Amino acid sequence: MSAGRLLRLVAVSWYLHLKMLHRSMFDSVMQVVWPLFFATTALLVYRTTGDRDALSYAATGAAVVTVWTAVSSNASGILQRERAFGTLELLVAAPAPFSLSIMSIVLAVTTTGGYAVAATLLWSRFVFGVHLAPAWPLPFALALVATVFSFGVLGFLLAVAAVRYRAVFALGGALELPLWLACGFLVPVALLPSWLRPLSWLLPPTWGMQAVRAAAAGQSLWADLALWAGSTAAYAAAAVWVAATVLRSARRHATLSLT
Amino acid sequence: MNSLRILVIGGLITYRALFNWVSPWILVPSLLVMPLAQILLFSYIGRSAGIESDTFFVVGNAVQYSALPCLLGTASTVVGERLQRTLGIVLASPAPRLALVIGRTLPVMLNGLAVSVFGLVAGSVLLGLPVRAATLGPATLTIAVSVFGCTGLGLVSAAVGLRLRDIAVLSTILFGILLLCSGADIPRPALPGWLAAAGDWLPLAHGIAAARSVAAGGGIGGVGGDLAAEALLGLGYGMAGVLMLRLLERRSRSAGALDLT
Repeated sequence: MSAGRLLRLVAVSWYLHLKMLHRSMFDSVMQVVWPLFFATTALLVYRTTGDRDALSYAATGAAVVTVWTAVSSNASGILQRERAFGTLELLVAAPAPFSLSIMSIVLAVTTTGGYAVAATLLWSRFVFGVHLAPAWPLPFALALVATVFSFGVLGFLLAVAAVRYRAVFALGGALELPLWLACGFLVPVALLPSWLRPLSWLLPPTWGMQAVRAAAAGQSLWADLALWAGSTAAYAAAAVWVAATVLRSARRHATLSLT
Repeated sequence: MNSLRILVIGGLITYRALFNWVSPWILVPSLLVMPLAQILLFSYIGRSAGIESDTFFVVGNAVQYSALPCLLGTASTVVGERLQRTLGIVLASPAPRLALVIGRTLPVMLNGLAVSVFGLVAGSVLLGLPVRAATLGPATLTIAVSVFGCTGLGLVSAAVGLRLRDIAVLSTILFGILLLCSGADIPRPALPGWLAAAGDWLPLAHGIAAARSVAAGGGIGGVGGDLAAEALLGLGYGMAGVLMLRLLERRSRSAGALDLT
């Protein structure tokens, strides 16, 4: 397939799946409301200290991490949904790369997470009076997009891991809050136990969030972005490999439908 | 005897079937990892903000998390029947409604209790807090009363599920409201007045206050008022839920809307 056709495939699939997600109250509205409860609770905790910097720190992290909530809860269920619709076999049999088909669905899920970012930023501004004014707005936006993209890649890995395992959908929800904690969105990574910090460094959103905070503070973010790019590429490669391997295995064992 | 059979055996079968827990491993991420993650997240937020102790967050979140199985589990008993296309059959059967309802809520309550106690013990161990056998018993009793309160609210949610398609949304929103209002993570005096007032009329706030007092070494006698308030709220919500179930069942029958709301 030519690059143009592949791009068209991603765009059309992204658009159609975004429309489908909007038809579900759980997959659209709840992706905004649910993380907002956790963000509000965290902001209320930080507000009791009376420290405006701490509140800004939490508001920035809370806004970005809401995307992960949408991705983690939805991505692990993508293949189950395709299976329920009876379209999984068609996706696998189609000449279009399977990974690309799944990635475009993950992108649609990630887009719904974008609403939560906007909602949390507005909520922080008007309810908690947090006015985020990044020192470097453009690099800040770049780092924000990078972090969101890394969530998409992690979601992609989660989605393809579910090809042969029915229970993986339950894993998505369970990974939601651990990443809130491990990647330094609401708590500095330095405060985490020493055994957990290496795990944080292996996760691309950690570097993305560090870049976001660096841009907000007017500090250099390029080292963080380089680490983000490296780790994200590694996860993307792993996801493509996992997709090919589990798909081959599912075909060989005739377990694609899991019935 | 028939009612007892419906209550015990029917309840257990429904519990297994409606949640599709064919493999118990599905329970691990949902009911063991998630509460522990919430406990750790807010304990570290507390450390980062420099407010309250780890015990405050461990007890608050362990008790609060029982809301998820209780709210979602109870509501799922109605929605699950609809998904399996058995709601009409269940409601057409002559089985006494009270036995049906209690039978469906008992396993849910035991589940909520187990999740909370696990969160309390595992959260304490992970954060290096002492787990005292002397306080675990009274703490379990306060959790049991809180679980009863949440299940009462879950029955109201289940009744609404007779007329609302996406009941998981309602249960999830209720869980979030309880997270905010119950004082699980925010000291009650620091809560905005209207949130604290709402918490007083919802399950968990009194139960969490009682559990914290007991965990701090206070006797069960000292939390009698909170436990009574929590139990009364549970009873009130439970009775409202049963009445709403009867009313909405009748309405759904006359509107022919049992399976297509």
